[in-house]
Amino acid sequence: MPSSFRGLILLALLAFMLAACSAPEAPRFNAANMTGVEYGKDLRMQDADGKERTLADFRGKVVMIFFGFTQCPDVCPTALSRAVAVRGMLGEDAKKMQMVFITVDPERDTPEVLRAYMLAFDPDFVALHAPLARTAEIAKSFNVFYQKVPTGDSYTMDHTATSFVFDPTGRLRLAVPHNMPPELIAADIKTLLATTR
Amino acid sequence: MHRFVTATVLSLAMSLPAWAQVSIDDPWVRATVPQQRATGAFMQIRSAVDARLVEARSPAAAVVEIHEMKMENDVMKMRAVPALDLPAGQTVELKPGGYHVMLIDLKAQVKEGDVVPLTLVVEGKDGKREEIALDAPARPLNQPMQHQHGKPHKMH
Repeated sequence: MPSSFRGLILLALLAFMLAACSAPEAPRFNAANMTGVEYGKDLRMQDADGKERTLADFRGKVVMIFFGFTQCPDVCPTALSRAVAVRGMLGEDAKKMQMVFITVDPERDTPEVLRAYMLAFDPDFVALHAPLARTAEIAKSFNVFYQKVPTGDSYTMDHTATSFVFDPTGRLRLAVPHNMPPELIAADIKTLLATTR
Repeated sequence: MHRFVTATVLSLAMSLPAWAQVSIDDPWVRATVPQQRATGAFMQIRSAVDARLVEARSPAAAVVEIHEMKMENDVMKMRAVPALDLPAGQTVELKPGGYHVMLIDLKAQVKEGDVVPLTLVVEGKDGKREEIALDAPARPLNQPMQHQHGKPHKMH
């Protein structure tokens, strides 16, 4: 290795260390840090009351988004129950957290079903739906996978079970695994509320 | 609440008739909202001898399947399985995050507190089948994954 190149590496390392020391400590999270990744930029869907919603509607709140379908017996109700638990743990800050459920099965998840489904968990939860083609675009913009899988005379849906968390300024910050306990998510949301300027 | 259902399977493969027991513990069904056409049933099954759960039926749904839920690269996949092994003496849990009995094309909304009749068909190694009837109460839709049997999570 030429010595000038080695010198360059040393210099870069030194610069990096200096930058790391002078920068304010970056917040640490339990969930995967997605800061800088731009998912869901053009999120625009109807809620169960037919009102058009975008992420901008929820400025000032931490927004947690989960893609699912209501005929799902397992991971979807579990994710929504977990969000109920998270809000319970946030206490006063619960009003600064918005849970958003996006259906990947708009053919069966009519606004009526979605409204009743959200009410069964938390009346403050918002469910969003769009026609099939638009749903596919939105999912793609979150790197979310889903597909119909026939079973019997019916079908079920494979889908990404990750929840996405946006900070109060509307920036994507976290990807939460389906099995992360509510305590850890509540701690992350408190960190986001405390550190987002 | 604990319901205990015991069934007997007569094994003809042995020289002496052996009495096998299949017990079902803590069965429950997740309640639904109006127009929701599917839900899951959960329980613990224990068979004294090697056996398989090969079929489930219910008057509450047109189609009943045994499903396995799996996570692959953060993607949730649900698939019907032809049978669920019940190894001798082991408790096999049908619970959120694993197996469930899938009730498809529900005939009516399942409300919290409703009792959903289920029939399980268990097949012994000798191919003999036994039917076990049980009643699964409906728990609220927002029943968390860790219900009264679960341990609380610890903060790290």
